[in-house]
Amino acid sequence: MGETLSLEERFQQYVEAENKVEPKDWMPEKYRQTVIRQVSQHAHSEIIGMQPEANWITRAPSLRSKLILLAKVQDEAGHGLYLYSAAETLGIDRSEMIEQLQTGKAKYSSIFNYPTISWADMGAIGWLVDGAAIQNQVMLCRTSYGPYARAMVKICKEESFHQRQGYEIMMHLAKGTKEQKAMAQDALNRWWWPSLMMFGPSDENSPNSAQSMKWRIKRKSNDTLRQEFVDKTIPQANYLGLTVPDPDLKWNEARKSYDFGEMNWDEFYEVVKGNGPCNKQRIKNHVAAHEEGAWVREAASAYAEKQAARKKSTAA
Amino acid sequence: MTDKANWKIWEVFIRSKNGLSHKHVGSLHAPDAEMAVKNARDVYCRRSEGVSIWVVPSEQITASSPDEKEPLFTPSDDKVYRHPTFYDIPDEVGHM
Repeated sequence: MGETLSLEERFQQYVEAENKVEPKDWMPEKYRQTVIRQVSQHAHSEIIGMQPEANWITRAPSLRSKLILLAKVQDEAGHGLYLYSAAETLGIDRSEMIEQLQTGKAKYSSIFNYPTISWADMGAIGWLVDGAAIQNQVMLCRTSYGPYARAMVKICKEESFHQRQGYEIMMHLAKGTKEQKAMAQDALNRWWWPSLMMFGPSDENSPNSAQSMKWRIKRKSNDTLRQEFVDKTIPQANYLGLTVPDPDLKWNEARKSYDFGEMNWDEFYEVVKGNGPCNKQRIKNHVAAHEEGAWVREAASAYAEKQAARKKSTAA
Repeated sequence: MTDKANWKIWEVFIRSKNGLSHKHVGSLHAPDAEMAVKNARDVYCRRSEGVSIWVVPSEQITASSPDEKEPLFTPSDDKVYRHPTFYDIPDEVGHM
């Protein structure tokens, strides 16, 4: 007789064989909870991420850049919706996720708690923040939960425009006047470290990572992704003639990779805890938008009811 | 029914171009079918992804259960004679 496998063991073999888990399949409760947490927090990040950029829509320096920025912010809304819909396949309600965000129970990427104080920040965000997001999201196209993987494929296709438009802004500034180049350098100085922190705590301090990797939800560790991002980004900074604010940054010939300095983990955990420069403002804005939009939702419902009633009476 | 939480979930299917089938792309919330189509345009067709949209209330879809996978799908596994490669046709007969 062969050994009998528990449901958990069978599930483990199933994901290890690179099979996808679909909504109605059996899965360990902890897997379901982990995917719900990760996907909803990813969705919240897209939605909150609209705010720092929306800040510059009315102040974009040209009609062209305004149209592009509008399209990008609209994409972030779309990405949030793809992800909420992926999370809903696991049985959580949309309104429950919104409530978790607004009450602080669910987190979102800390990067969006930093302010956008100059136009150059639109460049740095597209180039670095979206660049770091892509690094993570390309890996997630191979995540074991089917609906999440499919949402990621769609998002990655669209996200590449975000990074390129950001880099274009940086190129214009870096090749512009002395003042413009200084703006670009200033934005890089402020966004570099928070971008590296987007990959999360270092591997030895990331207790959930191991289980997520085992279940194939995550495919690469935080430190691996961070290293890949640094290696990819330094030549791009060099091309711009800008300097990454890290005195320890050095090419390591043996590793064929860049060595880089230690992040300020105290700052990281403070921002995660809610004490970043903009945490309160971001949530306040979200709650306000939700409440101020209530009448639109009510009007849409009333209209739908009226249309349904009319259809019924003409049919009778 | 005034709360958005009560809006139905709709499954969205997009035909990317004539000649191809509609394909499931995701879902969204909307108060009625008409709004669901409009929302689907905004959420899933920002880059000329489609020429036609279908929306179906999720609750209207009946799905087979993963537990029935065996009885539903394995019976066809041992019917290899349903595939053209099951038959040996001599080369001199030409393409068939």
